[in-house]
Order: sequence, then structure tokens, then C-alpha cells
Amino acid sequence: MAKVLMKGNEAIAESAIRAGGLVYFCYPLTPQSEVAEYLSRRMPEVGGAFLQAESEVAVANMVYGAAGAGVRAWSTSSSPGISLMEEGISYIAGSELPAVFVNIVRAGPGLGGILPSQGDYLQSVKGGGHGDYRCLVLAPSSVQEAVDMMPLAFDRADRYRGPVMVVGDGMIGQMMEPVEFKEPSFPPLPPKDWATTGAKGRKPNVVNSLYLNPAVEEELNIRLAAKYEKMKREEVRFEEYNTDKPYRALLVAYGTTARICKTAIAQLAAQGIVAALLRPITLFPFPDAKVLELGRKADFLLSVEMSMGQMVEDVHCAMGHEKPVYFFGRSGGIVPSPEEVVTAVKARLEGGKS
Amino acid sequence: MARVFQVTIEKNRCKGCGLCPNACPKQVLAMSKEINDKGYFYAHVVDLPACIGCRFCAFMCPDVAISIEQEDAA
Amino acid sequence: MKTLFKRPESLTDVATHYCPGCTHGIIHRLVAEVIDELGLRERTVGIAPVGCAVLAFNYFNMDFQQAAHGRAPALATGIKRARPDLISFTYQGDGDLASIGMAEIVHAANRGEKFTVVFVNNAVYGMTGGQMAPTTMPGQVTTTSPKGRDVNDVGYPVRMCELLASLRTPGFIERVAVHTPQQVVKARRVLKTAFELQRDNKCFTFVEVLSTCPTNWGMTPFEATKWVQEHMVPYYPVQNFKKFEETPEVKAQVTAEPAKEA
Repeated sequence: MAKVLMKGNEAIAESAIRAGGLVYFCYPLTPQSEVAEYLSRRMPEVGGAFLQAESEVAVANMVYGAAGAGVRAWSTSSSPGISLMEEGISYIAGSELPAVFVNIVRAGPGLGGILPSQGDYLQSVKGGGHGDYRCLVLAPSSVQEAVDMMPLAFDRADRYRGPVMVVGDGMIGQMMEPVEFKEPSFPPLPPKDWATTGAKGRKPNVVNSLYLNPAVEEELNIRLAAKYEKMKREEVRFEEYNTDKPYRALLVAYGTTARICKTAIAQLAAQGIVAALLRPITLFPFPDAKVLELGRKADFLLSVEMSMGQMVEDVHCAMGHEKPVYFFGRSGGIVPSPEEVVTAVKARLEGGKS
Repeated sequence: MARVFQVTIEKNRCKGCGLCPNACPKQVLAMSKEINDKGYFYAHVVDLPACIGCRFCAFMCPDVAISIEQEDAA
Repeated sequence: MKTLFKRPESLTDVATHYCPGCTHGIIHRLVAEVIDELGLRERTVGIAPVGCAVLAFNYFNMDFQQAAHGRAPALATGIKRARPDLISFTYQGDGDLASIGMAEIVHAANRGEKFTVVFVNNAVYGMTGGQMAPTTMPGQVTTTSPKGRDVNDVGYPVRMCELLASLRTPGFIERVAVHTPQQVVKARRVLKTAFELQRDNKCFTFVEVLSTCPTNWGMTPFEATKWVQEHMVPYYPVQNFKKFEETPEVKAQVTAEPAKEA
């Protein structure tokens, strides 16, 4: 299939449509408004439903309603809008509904800035909304990867009956790269016999997350926890880079930052220093076993993020006290340069924390 | 006593929006063919004696680039 | 020399980031002139929205708070309940007030919160690049209504003054425009009335201002003023919708004296 040069936001939109995500609700917010603008044109062409809602709170609840009626519904937003959606996402998790959300992360907290960031890591992987739940969290580092993730996200949302979050950043949303739309196939999914499609010839279905009886609520919590355990066994995805030779430093980075680290690794190699990269592709479930395995072969680990240090906590957790785990990052919407990463690696090699 | 009005437009504050010449009932103002520091074709006074001090130009200027004074001619 | 027109003290000297011909500049100036005339600058707290006017705090020479999208009326409520002696105004656009902030503005109006709302209606979402607003006109092309607003799909534009005027709680609600010098003069008078009512602690005050967005409407600033007259004024009548009436019942509830300094 021929490749098409597309802006990340638009490619994500197109890929979602092709994956059957034909019901999309949205609210404009920089840097992902182009998804909405593209779909306002494209969705009617494919017979889907598009609506710009009054707010992200409404959007999340519209997704809930549509998903509850058995349809593949999804939305996109950016950090402040995702915060507004988190209540709805918690309800979606509690009601065991499938839904896909894409966060094109911007600088924060608060209104923040419009430039790329990875400051929503903790929000994404530790729940985000209230209550005992998780999202399956996927982190692309290229527009092609984002395109490939959309059909996977919809499949897993249906398969696990829960929210799936794709975490991009402003860079991925805005940049243009050549993409190919593939048609992956997945094992068959069970029918959505729980959906509210009209109680004709069957007992009524109720989509709900209220369980006043604590024993019944605990049953839900246990059921949800079992999904997350299954994800940890079966859904971990990562990329290891330059690990085929002995390396001194293991960089851990995802998304746009991982690409920068790859360039830094090349620059370090030219200076006779071997570094490797572990790129988590699922942020939840986190590839902790892989971090431990690869981390043991390094002198130290360096978590590189566009934040003040969020994923580094999970890297620490995975490594325990076996090796030093350091952090380097930039914030405010600043994207670190490969040279800065090189400097950070060399500083740690010389045996210092800073 | 004739009234004389002084219309001052801060050239580099002007964004060349063109609202002031359209607001003026006496063709006192026009858009220059030269650009200011920001690269805009700025508004300027071309016929000050025609000014009646109505302040319509200043009312419409979004950038508060216009100030108007009145002097009493002797 | 007698000064007939100069920059008000309540405006800073900072050159604004607004597009050439954007009526935000006119409206900012009118609010500043009124605050100057009433001598309120030093006890006024403005609230900036999310939208083109997000940086309003750089242009007004007074205390300001930055609100999350749509929440300005809630911030103003917080300020007025905590410090009734302060003057507060929100400055909001179509998305901020009529979309995401719909609940906040309706409830603030219904409670009769005694702050002033300046609602800038230009029928589009400016800052985010020209998407459809609740106030977008039927058939108007925007980046999320590429074939024009279809009223059979998303309904008619919201008329905020009319909607809020239907509430029982007393208030002052008026729509003005700034597309001609004559309308600008009228708008200034109405804004002054609104701030006077707040100064005298009377009621909720709401001034909707029909405005232009030359950039996202795809026309020159002057053409945009014509578009307001031709397309917006017939649908959004420029008039008063609710005057503050001091009935004996209202009088009993309103504090007898104007707000004192804390």
C-alpha cells in the first residue's frame, strides 16, 4: 500500500475510522484540534457520527453513552481536557465499557503551555480518575506507530471492556510523517450482549457503576483487578535498542523522547561510549521485568522524560536497589536535544547524580 | 474662535486594520503605502484641517494608537 | 491644549497580541475607560478566560485572575463571596461562556452573583483556530462545520441574553455592539451602567458585545464590521433584556449601603 504524508493528528483520526471508531465526540483544544477538524469533514463521508460537544466533561459522558449502546466510541484531547474527561473515564472503567481516548500531551499543570510534554504519565498510568482502576496505556513514538496503535486500542478496549489511553505528545500530533494504513486482524471478540441496544426478547441490560452493597462492589474491584493482571501477563510491549552489545548506560524513554535518545546513543557511540535504550510502548502495563533484566547489565539507568520525573518512579520500582537510577528531563514544553542527553549520560558516567 | 484638532497616530502601534479611515466622516485619515516596524501599512493623517474632532477614529481603534487634542486658535 | 481622547489608565501600555482589527481591543478599552471614570481600578479584580483574551491580564492595569475554561463565573463568585467590597468582572468568549461554561454562567446569574460579565460574541472559537461555537450562525462555515452550521444537526445559535433574562432572579442584561462608532458610544454607556450597579451592590450584570473575528471569518476588519450588521444584528438584537428593578421585595434583600472596603 502506498505511503501518505500526514500530520499526526489527522493520521490518528483516519486510522481510528478504519478501525471502526465511527463515533467521535470532541472539544477544540491545542494541540489536537486538527483531529476534530479532520473528522468533521471525514466522518460524514464514512457514515459515522461526529459531534463537537459543549465541554470535555460532556464528551467523556457522550463516549460513555455510545459505548454503553455497544458502539466503538472514542475521543481525543490534551492534558487539561483529559483532566476533565477523567471523571467520565472512571465511570467507563467502573461500568466496564470499552472506550478509546487519545491524549496529545501539552505542558502543565493548569492551563500550562501548548508545546510537547510527558507530564501526564502518572495521570495516565496510575488511574487518572478516582477509584481502583487502570487504563491500558499505549505510547507511540512516531506517526506510523500511532496509526498502528488505533486498531489495537479499539480491539483491546472491546476485549477487556475498559478504557484504553493512547498517550502522544504535541510533537507527534503536529508533525507530518509518511504513513501506511494496514488492516491488522484480531481474534474474534465476544458479542456485546451487555450493551443497551433495546431489551427486545431479552432481559434488560443496565450499564452502571453504582454498587452500594460492599460485597458486590468488591466483586467488581476484583474483576477489574483480574483484567489488569491479565494485561500485565499478555500486553506488555516495548522496544529494546542497541542492547546487542555490552552497554554502560541504559536509557529508559518513551514517545518523542525515545527518538531523541536514539540520536544521543549514536552521538555517544562516536565518543566511544555505549548506551542502550529501553522504550516502553505500553506505559501500563509497564515493562518492569524487562527494565530489571536490561538494567542489571548496565552501570546505571537514566530515565529521560519531558517532565520533572514521573516514569522514573516506575523505573526505580522495577530496579529496586540493584543499580542506580537517575533522571534527566526538560519541562515547560521544552524538548531536550540529543546533546543534552549525551551530557547527562556522561555526567553520570563520571559518577555523580547531577 | 476656530477649533483646531490634533490627531496623533502612534505609527508603530498601528496594525493597519483600516477601521479608522472608514470611521472618519471627513477623510482625514488614509492607509500609508509604507510599512511600520511590525510590517503593517499604517494609518496616517492626510488632511488634518478637515478634522471636526468627532473622535470616531479613536473610538474604533483597537490598539489605542490614536490620541486627540483640541487647541483653540487665537 | 485640551485632551479629547487618550489611553485610559486602566489599560497598560503593552501592545496586544490580538489580530489587526479585532474588536477585543475596543472592548478592553471601553471597560478600562468605565473603570477609570468610576474610580474603581484599585479595587477591581478582572478574570481572564481561556480564548483569545487569555492574556487579558497583560493589557489591564489591575489585579487579575486566570480562570480555567468556562469557570470564570465561579472564580468571580468566589471573589465576591469572600470579599464583597471588591469589584469583579469576567471577560469571556463564546466557548468559555456559552459552551463549556454554560452551567457556571447560568448558576451565577440565577444566584444573582453581584459581578459584571463582559461576553464577547464573535460567533466562532478564535484562539484554537476557528471552530464552530454555540453562537455560530446557521450556514456559517467554520473548521468544524465545513459545510456550514446545520441547524437540523446541531440546533440554532444560542442567544445568551435572552436565555439568562428568562431567570427570575433580578439582574441587568443587555446586548451591545462595537462595529460602528455610534454603537461603541452606546456600548460604553451600557458598560458604565453595569459597573455602577455592581459598585452599588445591586445585582448580577451581563453585557453581551457583538464582536468581529476578521481572521477566522476570512475577511478584512472593515468587512467584518459589515458582517456583524448584516448577519448578527438581525439574530442577536442589540437591546436591553432586563433592567434592575428595585421592588420593595428586592430592596429588602439588597444591602442598604454600597460595599465598604474590608
